[in-house]
Amino acid sequence: MRESLIRQRAEQFLGMLRHCQMLGMQVHGADEQGLTLRLPYSENIIGNPETGGVHGGAITTLMDTTCGISTVCVLPEFEICPTLDLRIDYMRPAEPGRDVFGFAECYRVTPNVIFTRGVAYQDDPQQPIAHVVGAFMRMGKVVGSAGGAA
Amino acid sequence: MTPMDLNQLVRQAHEQNDYDPLIQLIPYARMIGIECLRLGDDLVFRLPANRDCIGNPTLPALHGGVIAGFMEHSAMLHLLIFMGIPHLPKIIDFSIDYLRAGHYRDTYAQCQVWRQGKRVANVAITAWQTNQTEPIATARAHFKVDEP
Repeated sequence: MRESLIRQRAEQFLGMLRHCQMLGMQVHGADEQGLTLRLPYSENIIGNPETGGVHGGAITTLMDTTCGISTVCVLPEFEICPTLDLRIDYMRPAEPGRDVFGFAECYRVTPNVIFTRGVAYQDDPQQPIAHVVGAFMRMGKVVGSAGGAA
Repeated sequence: MTPMDLNQLVRQAHEQNDYDPLIQLIPYARMIGIECLRLGDDLVFRLPANRDCIGNPTLPALHGGVIAGFMEHSAMLHLLIFMGIPHLPKIIDFSIDYLRAGHYRDTYAQCQVWRQGKRVANVAITAWQTNQTEPIATARAHFKVDEP
């Protein structure tokens, strides 16, 4: 039951993000342990025209989104959590022509900040393309309008 | 694209003061719509407001990942244009601090190379919208700059 609620919230969250829709990102898996999103390979995300390698910016977008939405796995109610900071370490280049998956989990939740970490991978999560850590601010429950949050 | 081609493109861009052909090479940069302006000896990168780059629809605000991608690519172009590297620098790591909401409007970025060694370069990037003294994000990146 809880799992389907988490997945539903993750899908709703992702559906609101126009840029992610344009890239074709989808929820691949979601439960209390964490969230996995899929970034399909496309011409748009190529960073090296010679090799067809994926641009770091597309990986950062995938991981910022995955880490940010992974907060629905641990929060009892939907909250807006803007990114405070994000760090990405590239282990190896992404193989051209293949989808990229992002996994993220929240490893510490405080009243103000949520600490997340994750990996970007293609076939094997044990052989990541990149490691990521990110901190997110808690802005509280979404009541009525979300305006003025800046 | 051989190193010769890339060097030639950079030289042409300098001569004609038009960096667009360099930007058009990279599909990702084309998609988010990066522009490059030369101001004297300095370069300023611009990301024109684009609906497809919106993350938060209620503010509305740009997706943080796009801001990061814009800053990473600005740093890469900056190295390519100023440092005489005959191939595309490869990202090693990237760290970004978000300081203010990136609203749905034009965003600018400027880079500072703190160190360029034989193998690795360290670049700091600042992004702003209304006022350069009020950045929306700061970032730093390491790039591998030696032969691939």
